[in-house]
Parts: sequence; C-alpha cells; structure tokens
Amino acid sequence: MEKQIHIEPVTRIEGHAKITVFLDDSGDVKDAQFHVTELRGFEKFCEGRTLWEMPGLTARICGICPVSHILASAKAADAILAVRIPKTGEMLRRMMNLGQFIQSHALSFFYLSAPDFLLGWDFDPALRNVVGLVQANPDLARKGIRLRAFGQEVISRLGGKRVHPSWAVPGGVNAPLSVEDHQWFLDNLPECKDTIRETIDLFKTSFDCEARGVLGEFDSMYMGLVAPGGKWEHYEGLIRIVEQDGSIVVDGHDPARYSDIIHEASEPWTYLKFPHYVPRGYPDGMYRVGPLGRVNVCESFGTPEADAALEEFRATASRCSGKVFDYHYTRLLEILASIERMEVLLADERILDPRVRAEAGINQLEGVGIHEAPRGTLIHHYKVDENGIIEKANFIVSTGHNNLAMNCAVKQIAKKYISKGNVTEGILNRIEGGIRAYDPCLSCSVHAVGQMPIQVSIVDTEGKLQRTLTQE
Amino acid sequence: METIKLKIDGRDITTEAGKTILEVATENGIRIPTLCHLDGLEDVGACRLCIVDVHGQLVTSCTTQVAADMEVLTQTKTVKEYRRMILELLFAEGNHVCSFCVSNGGCELQDLACELEMHSVRVPYAYPRNRIDATHPQFLIDRDRCVLCGRCVRVCAEVEGAHTWGFAERGSAARVITDLAVDWGAAESCTSCGKCVDVCPTGAIVFKGASNAEILKDPDLVARLIERREHE
Repeated sequence: MEKQIHIEPVTRIEGHAKITVFLDDSGDVKDAQFHVTELRGFEKFCEGRTLWEMPGLTARICGICPVSHILASAKAADAILAVRIPKTGEMLRRMMNLGQFIQSHALSFFYLSAPDFLLGWDFDPALRNVVGLVQANPDLARKGIRLRAFGQEVISRLGGKRVHPSWAVPGGVNAPLSVEDHQWFLDNLPECKDTIRETIDLFKTSFDCEARGVLGEFDSMYMGLVAPGGKWEHYEGLIRIVEQDGSIVVDGHDPARYSDIIHEASEPWTYLKFPHYVPRGYPDGMYRVGPLGRVNVCESFGTPEADAALEEFRATASRCSGKVFDYHYTRLLEILASIERMEVLLADERILDPRVRAEAGINQLEGVGIHEAPRGTLIHHYKVDENGIIEKANFIVSTGHNNLAMNCAVKQIAKKYISKGNVTEGILNRIEGGIRAYDPCLSCSVHAVGQMPIQVSIVDTEGKLQRTLTQE
Repeated sequence: METIKLKIDGRDITTEAGKTILEVATENGIRIPTLCHLDGLEDVGACRLCIVDVHGQLVTSCTTQVAADMEVLTQTKTVKEYRRMILELLFAEGNHVCSFCVSNGGCELQDLACELEMHSVRVPYAYPRNRIDATHPQFLIDRDRCVLCGRCVRVCAEVEGAHTWGFAERGSAARVITDLAVDWGAAESCTSCGKCVDVCPTGAIVFKGASNAEILKDPDLVARLIERREHE
C-alpha cells in the first residue's frame, strides 16, 4: 500500500515549507515533493501603486534579503525612467549588494547550516543550532557572528538601517557615502578577510570530495549573470546558462529579454512556481542558481585570493560541481570574493562623489531589473501607465529558479536514506538539509532555534493516517 | 482687548478674549494633539483630535474660544480614550501602511499614533481601494492615505487663492477633489504651486518621484508665508 511521509515545517530556512515523501507498497521512496504553503500576493497588490514606491514596497517581501529586492526594483525603475545612473550611485549599490552577500551568506552558513555538518547530522536537535555551535566552537561562532554583523553594518551605514533600508531609489541612491563610513569599512575589512580565510580552510579540511556528497549530487544546468570575459558578476552582466559539463547553452543573453528563455510553470500542490529554460521544456529545463550556479557559470572571480580558492575548489570537483553540499563551499568562496570586491570599490576615489542620483520622469512603459541576490538571480519586471502607476508586476525570485532542483534533491536524499518505511530524525534532517543547502528564502521570518518541530505523517493511498511521528 | 482668567489642567491662566483654547494652551506650553489644525489656516474642527473637557463637555479646542472662568481639562481619561478612538477610526478608514509610505518617519498621523500610544486598531479596517491620481506632472494623490483634514482645500483657497481643491460626497464616500472632480492633471485652476503637498499631514499628497521615507514636506511654509505678507 502506498504511504506518504510529511515533514512539516522544515526548520532553519526562511519561511514555511513542507515536504511529502511518497512511499510505495514496500516502504521505499516512490516520489517526494517540496511544498511552499504560503501565498504572498505581492504581484497582485503592487498593481495600482506608484513606480517610486516599488523599491520600498517590494523590500517587504523579505526581512533577510530586502536589499536584493530594493536593488532589483530600483534597476527596473531605472529602465522605466530610461536613465543611466551616476557611476558613484552604481558603485554604492554594488557596495550594498556585497554587504548583503556577506551578511546573508554568513547567516546561512554559520547560523543555519553549519550546526548540521560541524556538530553532526545526528547531534541532539535541541543543540544543533547556533547556540550549540557557540558551545562547541566558540571562536568560530564568534567570528561568524561578527562577519555577519559587518555585512549588516555595511547595509546600515549606507542605507540608514539594517533591515529595509530605503536608500536605493529609481535613478540611483538617495545619499552619498560619508568619509567616516568609508574609513570604517576600510578599518573593518581585514578582520572579515581573516575570518573567511580561516573558515574556508576549516571547511575544505573537514570535508573531502566524498564527504561533500552527503546531500546528493545530480546533473542540471546552471544560470547566473556574468561580466565580459565570463567574470563573476552580482549587479550587472548578461545571462549565461551552462550544462553540467560546463559547456555553454546560452551566453550574452540580454537580461531584459529573460522571458525569451525562462517561463514559469505551476503545480497544484505548491504556491511556488517552476521557472525553467524554455527550449528544454518543463520539467527538463531545470537549472540551478545561487552560489553554486554563479560559480559554475563564471570563468573566474576576477580577484586574486578568491580565484586561488576557486582553483582549489575546482581541483576537487569537475569544472561544474553538481553536489548540493557545494552550495555551502561556494557560499564561502563568494564571501571572500565579496570582501575583495569591496576593497576594490573602496580604493576607487569616485566612491565618495556626491552625485549619486539621476532624476527623470516616465520615459518607457516597461522595465526589467535583474541582478544577483545571495540566493540567485532575481528578476523584477514592471509595466506602468504613462503616469508611473504599476499595471503589471512579475517577480522571479531565486528560490523559484531552484524549485525544480530542490524537489530533485529531496527525492534523491529520501531514496538514499529511507528504506522499508524506516524513518529516523537524522534521516529527516538530511532531507531538510537538502533544502537548506539552497538557503531558500520562503519570505517569512520563522526561525525555530533550539528545537525541531517536525511532524511526520504516514498516509496511505486513500488518505488514511497510518502513523504519526512527532518530535517536540 | 478684554483680559480674562481661566483654568487649564488646574493652572490659572490670564489671557485675551477671542483666542481659542488651543491657542492659549499652546502659548502656555500645554500640549494638545492636533491634525487638521495648521498655523496660518482657518480652523475648521475637522479631525476632532484636539478635543478637551470643558465643564464636562467635550469640545474641539481649535474652534472653541476661551471664556472667563472656563475650566479646561486636556488629559482626562475620557478625553484620552476618545482621542484614541478617533485616531483608530482614521487608521481604519484608510490604508495607512507606513512601511513603504513616502512620509514614513515624517507623518503627522504616524506621530500621533506614537504620542497617543495607539498599539492596535479595535475596529475593522475598511481597506478602501481608490485609484492613485498621478496625472499631474509634479505631484500625485493617494486618497487611501487621506484623512480629510482639509488642509489642502484651505491652503489652496486661503493662501494660494486658486480654489482647486474641494470636498465631494459625504460620510464614508467623502473625498477631496480637484476642480469639478476631474483628474488633477486636467484641473485648469491648479497653479502647480505645491502648497497642498507641503501641508498634507500624511503621504496622501506627495511629490512625484519621491520614494519611501523621503519626506519632502514643509508644513511650516504657510505660517512663514503669512508672516512675510504681514510685514509687507
């Protein structure tokens, strides 16, 4: 008789999610689904609002990655104003995005994911969190917390506050960088660099190539923005898609024409849509974004230490890694690259220029804003009337791009660790870990610290509850 | 000018007849919350937030003149409770979502909510859905954020003399309109002076192009203009 196992909620990710594992008659995994059970409605209720409100309004999609939405929204608005923003405005937006990369990646790694693999997958759930990490390795935990705090401070000093800074606006940013803040960034970067060097060293000595297979490995395409020459890019750039073997599928694609190559499919069992690469169709057009996606599509980071670390990473894997666990590795590489990129920006005297904003009216009725959020490519697409009122808004967020891949990862892990209906907490946590590796932002603020409230329901084909396993 | 004596919150005050309770209280450093009142504009008692207790009756202090032997209480439990309820009704009537509002951090309605310790709204929200009128080249109005204080109507008539703004309908359908309820961009009487933007206490009438929390208002403008005129 077919059975279902539900894992709900999935903890230590941003938002609510539920996993259903379908067992066949013999108790082995037949299928698995990753459900997103929230409906936000942003695309709908943005209709009728003004273009100028959109960065502040869409920032509210999330409290972890508001900066990403602010920047994508401001870029879409730039396109509608038809302006090229002042160079310093662009540099400062880049600076904030790098701060966002550092804080978000540090949160994902040190607070949410590291407890699993540094303390152990089967460690006491009550302590398998950042508190347990502090007890087990206080030095690392302290440094990780300070690294994240630095990223937050970059956002706060540029935008006036840590969460939802209303600073990037259509046409640029609304305040230049002060000399005092510039100096503060310069003074604090070296400590961050030391921390990430140390963490990368710890990571690569703790996990060899085989150990990094714990969360599964599968083939997919990868998507991300790259700068000319294939360099890693986070703010501008053109769309590149590569195959698992690194061969290029799409290159130099204008982000404003994303809809030529990306469509979204819907399923009745989840609110999260399934973006896919159009020529391959659905679901074959699966691709992955985020740290692993960006690292797999780029040729190099373009900064010396990050490139050296990238070379080491690629020496332990193929040109493109398909390991889910390598999301964590590449997240650390990106923190290093972000710090080096910040150093380059801060060394350029133009960053202190007071001209940071271009003013203009509505000059085009449609605009697309794309950049790389920590979790992957983020797309904001607006259509406005001639007065700047939003008529249509479309958002494709990073977690959406990874939806097909997350389903694939869950199914693979479930197949490996569940057999004959045998379910234990450690196994369930590996499935959660498969999701968490993508650092999905399901747009909420639910964090369960120190507990893992999972309910496992085993349901037969007729929907009858056979067994419930609960962990308080 | 006749001199009279009265009490406000137990304090003996000597002042001139003809002044309003609000004027006298303000002159004596006694704070009464206001919303529709603005120095330089005629008071109309539209918002009712400045209510005070006068011999057991609640009256609007901005439109009630002081009188000899008057005893005014500005902070009784009833006064505070009524002000809170008025404020809650104002919030419930519109869509006052501060987080992405242009006036966030500089909004008089928001400030009042803090001052009057409005922690929640006890009546159901109306969730109106009025179209934003962004047809004017420089300004726009979001009527979902309008509290019908009438400052725009008064400044346009009393200071600019254009009479572009007016009221239409009654009760919950009441709204401010430009000319004969045409789009603002088509209102021929509008001189585009922007005074309505400066005096609007919320994010209802704002400069186009301003993003959230970019408060660009100057409510003291009217008082300054009037003072300069008197010096001419």
